[in-house]
Amino acid sequence: MHLQVSYFAAFREAAGVSSERVETDATTAEALFGECAGRHPKLQRYTASLVAINDEMSGWDAPLADGDQVLFFPPVAGG
Amino acid sequence: MNAFAIAAGPIDRAAFRDSLVDRGCGGYVQFEGWVRDYNEGREVLRLEYEVYEPLAVREGERILLEAVERFGVLRAAALHRSGLLELTDLAVIVGVASPHRGEAFEACRYIIDEIKSRLPIWKKEHYADGGARWVRCDHCAAAGHGHSP
Repeated sequence: MHLQVSYFAAFREAAGVSSERVETDATTAEALFGECAGRHPKLQRYTASLVAINDEMSGWDAPLADGDQVLFFPPVAGG
Repeated sequence: MNAFAIAAGPIDRAAFRDSLVDRGCGGYVQFEGWVRDYNEGREVLRLEYEVYEPLAVREGERILLEAVERFGVLRAAALHRSGLLELTDLAVIVGVASPHRGEAFEACRYIIDEIKSRLPIWKKEHYADGGARWVRCDHCAAAGHGHSP
C-alpha cells in the first residue's frame, strides 16, 4: 500500500524531508516508523513522541490503510 | 467562536483581554509566556516555534472547553505564536474570566499546562554560542530513551 508520511521539527531535520510518499507493508504506525528510521538513520523515536493518522491523534499500535496520511511528531514543547 | 488560535505575528494583549470582558465576571486571570534569555545554563538569543496548525487549533479548542466544564468559568481563550521570536516577545497568552477569582486561577493554570504538553508545537532555541536545538528531544536522547515507545 501507499502512504504519505510527514515529519515535524526534529524529525523533519533528522529525516531530511518534510514529507514523502512510501510504499510499505507495515501494519502499524510503530512498524512504519521503524521502516522510515531504516531509510533515515538519524531518525530516533524519542520517548513521548506522538503519531497522528489523517489528522487524528493515534496510538503507535494503530492499524494503517492504503492512502493514509501519517504524521510523526517528536515530543512537544509549546508555551 | 474561535477561542484558540495560532498567531503568526505579534499578539495584541489589550484586544485579547477586551475580547473576554463579560458583565457576569468579577475576576479575570491572564497568563503570558515570554521568551527568556537563558535555558539550562545556555544563553538564548531567540526562539522559533513550529506549529502543526490543523491539529493544534482543534486540540487547543478542546483544552479550553475542558477548562470551562471542569472549573465552571465563563470565558476562556488562548493564543500561541508561531515563527521566529526575539527576547521578551510574547509567545503564548491565556485569559480566563469568571464570576469569582478562585476558579479563574485554577482554569488558567490548567490551560497553560495542557497547552505545553498536548499541542503539536515545537520550540527551537538559538544560542549565543551559535548552536540551536529543539527543546525536549535532546533531553530524551541524552537520557538514553532513544528507541523506547
